[in-house]
Amino acid sequence: MNLTLHVWRQKGPSDVGQFQTFQATGVSKDQSFLEMLDVVNDKLELAGKDPIVFEHDCREGICGCCGFMVNGKAHGGQPETTVCQLHMRSFSDGDELIIEPWRSAAFPVVKDLMVDRSAFDRIVQAGGYVSVRTGSAQDANAIPISKEIADRAFDSAACIGCGACVASCPNASAMLFTGAKINHLGLLPQGQVERFSRVQAMTQQMDAEGFGPCSNHEECEAYCPKGIPVEVIGRMNGDLLKAQLRGRDS
Amino acid sequence: MTLQSNAPGGDIETAWDRHRFDMKVVNPANKRKYTVIVVGTGLAGASAAATMGELGYNVLNFCFQDSPRRAHSIAAQGGINAAKNYQGDADSVFRLFYDTIKGGDFRAREENVYRLAQISNNIIDQAVAQGVPFAREYGGLLGNRSFGGALVSRTFYSQGQTGQQLLLGAYQALSRQIQAGTVKIFPRTEMQDLVVHDGHARGIITRHLVTGKIERWAADAVVLATGGYVNVYFLSTNAMGSNVTATWRATRRGAYFANPCYTQIHPTCIPVSGGYQSKLTLMSESLRNDGRVWVPKNAEDAWNAKAAKVGRHPGDIPESDRDYYLERRYPTFGNLVPRDVASRNAKLVCDAGHGVSFEGNGVYLDFADAYERLGRKEVGERYGNLFDMYQRITGESAYEQPMRIYPAPHYAMGGLWVDYNLQSNVPGLFVLGEANFSDHGANRLGASALMQGLSDGYFVLPYTIGHYLGIQGPRKSSTDWGEFAQAEEQVTDRINKLLSIKGKRTVDSFHRELGLELWNNCGMARNRHDLTTLLGRIPEIRAEFWENVSVPGSAGDLNQTLERAGRVADFLEFAEVMALDARQREESCGGHFRVEHATEEGEARRDDVNFRYVAAWEYQGVDQKPTMHKEQLEFRYVKLTQRSYK
Amino acid sequence: MNWFMRFAKSTIGLKITMAISGLVLFAFVIGHMVGNLQVFLGASALNHYAAFLQSEQLLLWIARIVLLVLVVVHIWSSVVLTLRAKVARPQGYRKWQSKASTYASRTMRVSGPILLLFIIFHLLHLTIGSVHPDLQHCAVQASGDLQCFAYQNVSAAFSLSTAGTTAAIQGGIVAFYIVAMLLLGMHLGHGAYSMFRTLGLTNPRYDKMARAFATAVAVIIVVGNCSIPLAVLTGLVGQAGGH
Repeated sequence: MNLTLHVWRQKGPSDVGQFQTFQATGVSKDQSFLEMLDVVNDKLELAGKDPIVFEHDCREGICGCCGFMVNGKAHGGQPETTVCQLHMRSFSDGDELIIEPWRSAAFPVVKDLMVDRSAFDRIVQAGGYVSVRTGSAQDANAIPISKEIADRAFDSAACIGCGACVASCPNASAMLFTGAKINHLGLLPQGQVERFSRVQAMTQQMDAEGFGPCSNHEECEAYCPKGIPVEVIGRMNGDLLKAQLRGRDS
Repeated sequence: MTLQSNAPGGDIETAWDRHRFDMKVVNPANKRKYTVIVVGTGLAGASAAATMGELGYNVLNFCFQDSPRRAHSIAAQGGINAAKNYQGDADSVFRLFYDTIKGGDFRAREENVYRLAQISNNIIDQAVAQGVPFAREYGGLLGNRSFGGALVSRTFYSQGQTGQQLLLGAYQALSRQIQAGTVKIFPRTEMQDLVVHDGHARGIITRHLVTGKIERWAADAVVLATGGYVNVYFLSTNAMGSNVTATWRATRRGAYFANPCYTQIHPTCIPVSGGYQSKLTLMSESLRNDGRVWVPKNAEDAWNAKAAKVGRHPGDIPESDRDYYLERRYPTFGNLVPRDVASRNAKLVCDAGHGVSFEGNGVYLDFADAYERLGRKEVGERYGNLFDMYQRITGESAYEQPMRIYPAPHYAMGGLWVDYNLQSNVPGLFVLGEANFSDHGANRLGASALMQGLSDGYFVLPYTIGHYLGIQGPRKSSTDWGEFAQAEEQVTDRINKLLSIKGKRTVDSFHRELGLELWNNCGMARNRHDLTTLLGRIPEIRAEFWENVSVPGSAGDLNQTLERAGRVADFLEFAEVMALDARQREESCGGHFRVEHATEEGEARRDDVNFRYVAAWEYQGVDQKPTMHKEQLEFRYVKLTQRSYK
Repeated sequence: MNWFMRFAKSTIGLKITMAISGLVLFAFVIGHMVGNLQVFLGASALNHYAAFLQSEQLLLWIARIVLLVLVVVHIWSSVVLTLRAKVARPQGYRKWQSKASTYASRTMRVSGPILLLFIIFHLLHLTIGSVHPDLQHCAVQASGDLQCFAYQNVSAAFSLSTAGTTAAIQGGIVAFYIVAMLLLGMHLGHGAYSMFRTLGLTNPRYDKMARAFATAVAVIIVVGNCSIPLAVLTGLVGQAGGH
């Protein structure tokens, strides 16, 4: 099949950027979306032109590198699918696709479809961990954890940090990402000691990075390739409120 | 030069304890006087950087990804082994040690593997304390599952993403140290060269992938945790960015590359669907617990798009026309033979024209029996997420028709040679995880890679590097040393050369060509003749690459083509050593199968008399044959036997 | 107070402020509706209720001031958050597709200001009386009792045949009330559900219940409040009932 691609091209953070149109010809339905772009890039490279820059690495939906908007939908909008696992059979001959980077003040464009998501790293650095010294852990079975709690913690921990939540949110909010980590650690007994200082530190950093507020649109959950539930935002809010009521300050 | 393993002799059970006592210890107040470079932020790199930061060292940690959380350790699905014996099924440190040595086909160093088995238990404790959400039973205790090559249930797991959960644990520990200021992180920064001064590894040269800036970094020691090299095949289950550059650059600076021919080909991956394919996707090996592997008995029934063979729909092929070849050849283990055996047999039937798939490279993995035995619902609960992934990629439903699978390169057992202290033959250069050669011998068992990466990073290196630093004492480091200037110049020259060729072929076309040559001649089954042909081909491809590659753009900018070109250039040099190693090893062992060295039944035949050694290759220059050094392997605790799964 | 200000200025702090102020306003809307529904019990019931409310001026003014402050706080927090959302995405998408958000959630920033206009009109209409043709204020009778005329006022406010105005204007007023109540329903439906999440009152087990509760209350508010002008229009409530 043949497709028309309108791709955002931007040389760097300070460049204005604009859309550029490409024809993707002879696309196979068995190709992944990124492989379709690889072929477009091969032609650009041979013509001595700059290929379209997009981030990718594992191409199996777990590293969290890839991600951009396809026709207004983060990762292309298939349920629980990253754009590297999106396949061309979801499209038809003659389709026009608008391909844009994540747009958020906290994710400045590096080049074309690649954005800088280091804000996520700094949110985790602010407190997204259990302070345990290597070698000082007790036996792993010393604290039983109910299967339900372990499973819920896992559901939150499944976040791959791709940024689709921020991208799809009308407010460019990072509450799902931040809430997922807070919820993962806050549910487990190991995370209790730092539970309230953690939520304060991480949400402060989230604000400092310039992410927007939550309006409970729930687009984040719908577009999250790992199906992180919005419940994590509720628990984060509750924990922050409790932290205030307990008079703890970080 | 004789390679000294530096492993403590005597009783293996107390070896690591005694060694720790005998090593020098750096005074806590002095640790901040030492700077250590860690390249890579996977399980090994992140855990090492975090632990050393915690101990008080100054750590500089580099990764080429945009965040340390993205290293390819994240993609490991299955699990992590530990000798906890929580199931009470007679597991023990010795049994894990024994299984790992045997699974590796008796080509690993006993002392290292024993230490790995001992430390395995600490890893689980550490991970749980960090909040890694391992699967649990209803009583709240940790759950285990069984994995290939073991008779006990010792694998800890987090659904299908154990790698991501363990990596996030290490990443969070690392983040804590970054916040504390003990570790400085440099993402989007790729190591381009190693700097050796006075015979010791003292720094690296990096390129910043966004600005193109070339920088020099000096330190007291350099740690490489840069993963494996199976992307040399182009198509593999590795991430697109996984590469050999860091370890190969170290090889060019004098480190020995050990056992490069030991590569693992994983049997259950989704077959290639077309010439545009960029990577192969692994489907968990657990599928073989309930799926039956078969191919059409008659070659004309096999669908092969490339050969214009329509074949027959699998549902229309009657039982009598199906060949359940694993069950036929291995009645005892059936579909559950180890990875190397399953992979080799898939290749055999496909080479004989029975393969089903786009290029005839595929076998059926059929769940029809499982549906009858367990019901669709139960099968869906066990494998539903894998079936979904399969459908996303192939558009076919495993509920309606058999899956198609084919082996794909997955893991590199070979790597830089290291001693018991994980130090390479270049003093001050330490190598961890998949990047070193040490613990898996000729074949790695499932759920052992995560164990090794974390063992090296959390529990081994932080001690052994202290010994080295303690002996050296605080030293002056300077990026003004001549070796830095020289290395930087070479890096810049190479980049400029790549950009100036302006040829007519893409970087990927060379990579694909190299990969296909290796896959055909140094893949699942190898022979002397093909390897010799391959050794002729590689320099030709390399020569054409340096004359005809097209790398647009500039050096002072984000240039993904340039990044790939540098990595492929290194693969083109490395591949030759891999082929040489495969050719010199006149035996079959683990992932290295030489058709000349098979039993009458076609099974691998080791030669313990002549090849019970580690082959470590010393670089002599491009187009020069590297020199091979041997480390003889002694087995004091495990009796060497022939593996049989009949 | 440093920690409090930091919390109050944080994004989640502002959301919590908005949720708590919204919660009280929400309770007021329910109470207001329940009180007014006494119109169906006849003039005497409603007028006695009005007189009861007017009898304690101090409490009445405290309540009014509290409500006013809460409205200001609610608006202030929403303005700050809206501005933050704009700053968080300076450049929008050429194309953006919704997958989960609702019409109600996406129009909160529109329904809010319209509701503010409605409240102002409503006060002018039925409390202050500047747009009402002949609003009768409560008065102390010779007996010393406070006599109120809420029933008559409501009837006159929505009746098409009220003297001193035209049927068209009255019809327009009723239409505005009904539109405003639909917007209020949407605003509160999304707001109430959001409030549970913002205050951390979430549990996967009760999520469906919270959602159903918010929807049900929204529907009740729309139906209950709209029933009053509609009852006047259909003659179920009218001047006649008062005598």
